[in-house]
Amino acid sequence: MTGPGSKPSSAPDPRVALDRETDGTLRVRLSGRWALAGGVPPADEILHELESGPPPARLVLESGDLEGWDSSLVTFVHEVAAPASDRGMALDVSGLPEGARRLLDLALAVKPRVEPPAVEDDALTARVGGVALRAWGTAGDGLTFLGETVLAFGALVRGRARFRRVDLVHAFEATGVAALGIVALINFLIGAVLAFVGAVQLQQFGASIYVANLVGIGVFRELGALMTGIVMAGRTGAAFAATLGTMTVNEEVDALRTMGLRPVEFLVLPRVLATSLMMPALVAYADLQGLLGGLFVGVTVLDLGTVEYLRQIQVSVALRHFWIGLAKGVAFGAVVALTGTYYGIRCGRSAAAVGEATTKAVVMGIVLVVVVDAIATVVLHMLHL
Amino acid sequence: MSEAARIEVKDLTMGYGERIVQEKIRFTVSRGEIFVIMGDSGCGKTTLMRHMVGLQVPKAGDVHYDGEAYWAAGEERREALKRKFGVLYQYAALFSSMTLEENVTLPLVEQAGLRAPDARDVARFKLALVGLAGFEEHYPAEVSGGMKKRAGLARAMALDPEILYFDEPSAGLDPLSARRLDDLILELRASLGTTVVLVTHELASILELGDRAVFLDAEKKTMTALGKPSEFADSPDPKVRAFMGRGRR
Repeated sequence: MTGPGSKPSSAPDPRVALDRETDGTLRVRLSGRWALAGGVPPADEILHELESGPPPARLVLESGDLEGWDSSLVTFVHEVAAPASDRGMALDVSGLPEGARRLLDLALAVKPRVEPPAVEDDALTARVGGVALRAWGTAGDGLTFLGETVLAFGALVRGRARFRRVDLVHAFEATGVAALGIVALINFLIGAVLAFVGAVQLQQFGASIYVANLVGIGVFRELGALMTGIVMAGRTGAAFAATLGTMTVNEEVDALRTMGLRPVEFLVLPRVLATSLMMPALVAYADLQGLLGGLFVGVTVLDLGTVEYLRQIQVSVALRHFWIGLAKGVAFGAVVALTGTYYGIRCGRSAAAVGEATTKAVVMGIVLVVVVDAIATVVLHMLHL
Repeated sequence: MSEAARIEVKDLTMGYGERIVQEKIRFTVSRGEIFVIMGDSGCGKTTLMRHMVGLQVPKAGDVHYDGEAYWAAGEERREALKRKFGVLYQYAALFSSMTLEENVTLPLVEQAGLRAPDARDVARFKLALVGLAGFEEHYPAEVSGGMKKRAGLARAMALDPEILYFDEPSAGLDPLSARRLDDLILELRASLGTTVVLVTHELASILELGDRAVFLDAEKKTMTALGKPSEFADSPDPKVRAFMGRGRR
């Protein structure tokens, strides 16, 4: 008999021969070359023999002209020996190589743990109920988090909030200066696209100059804030969730708690504060970039003059549109920061959980930004603003 | 409760959702004692510690500090009770964005309200105590696992707590670093009279450090031995005997 590693190059494939003897013994003879690279032969025939007719009283596993073996042989033997052993059949493996016998003993030494089957009612009503209960739980937890954040802001107003000022400065930098490049690029392109779409239509009526109205109102009132909110959800919300999630996994959040520091005050407050305060500045910058994008298309495609374009905006776009955009920016900033920090601080305790928290933070951040924008649009319409 | 009992765990039941991890846990820890929470993997040792330090709410029962029930107390009182203990987490749980000194300074400034220069002096002294003088400006990522643990210990004892909790202090350390940390724990107890609660399954540490211990059984979901670790080898419970047996092999 040869052990693992001794594999003749032209050895035959693994072979299994069955023999049912008159005294109720099922004899299984294994021969050939057993190597993992060649796969594990199916054990269906033997399992079928074990289950069909009068079950054999004894299962004998032995090796014949074995030319080499590795885990594939022991895996095969285990596959048939485990059910035989469960059925109380006498098992004789004395004809197998010693190494294989010892590995088999190790594998059979501990009985597999039998979990009670999970009671799962898959009726439609039960599933709907389950989804509703989970949603209710998440909503309740989200409200608790929001409440804790409001209390933290209360502590801040009273001058009793405990967080590191340097964290606030870092958060300002991360949500402000560091985001300028991507905010500029996205909003410049959005302004250009808006102008281009408008140009195609307005040119037909000889009203190209009204592209300035379209871009001005569109960017100031809606798109500057909305696109910046979405960019921040993908950028800052994800960063907050990943940072706080990793801190949760590393027990840093627990360490804060046992030091008597509130994680919402220490970690969430500076981030929400910085994002909400930086967003209006970012939105104003985004508005400027959007106008420049529109101007670029106006000048190059529609042959408008720069002064003409700017004057048209000055005349036609009321200042309130600008203020509405900035106010939306504050709301979007709060939503993005709250969502990112919420999923980060409620993260599970594994690397996969951090990834999941980050994904949820981005998806929910974008959804909530759009929802808040929709609500704001309706409310502003009702207020005739 | 006896006069000397610093911590008393009373009929504690722990679990997640519907699942019970351990129940009917009761023991006391005396002043200046090194008490070990031990047991096989997954038995709930760390979970028990998390209940004792206020990170997880018990399903039933309570933990008393100097006779005062922790979980029955209001939130404000619980925050005050936290001042009694410091915790060294399994992987030190240092804040990665702060230097070692800033890590130790944090509880001094934010929790105890020390002025920044005083806090810095105390932090430097605590770091020197654990053999980390000269590493104050290093970030956690720049030091070894053993040094992180010692910095975590410096942070845990920043406010001179009466009780120190250690979660698997030897985990991930080479034998020399583990031994050094064990010696440090003994030294702290001898010099400051600190009460120590140690979560570990390291037999060498259990026998070397533990004055008393509790053994949690993962299958029976309750404690199966309480007393001196050296006497656990003769425990009537076969699993406790088997656990201690490895140390004599």
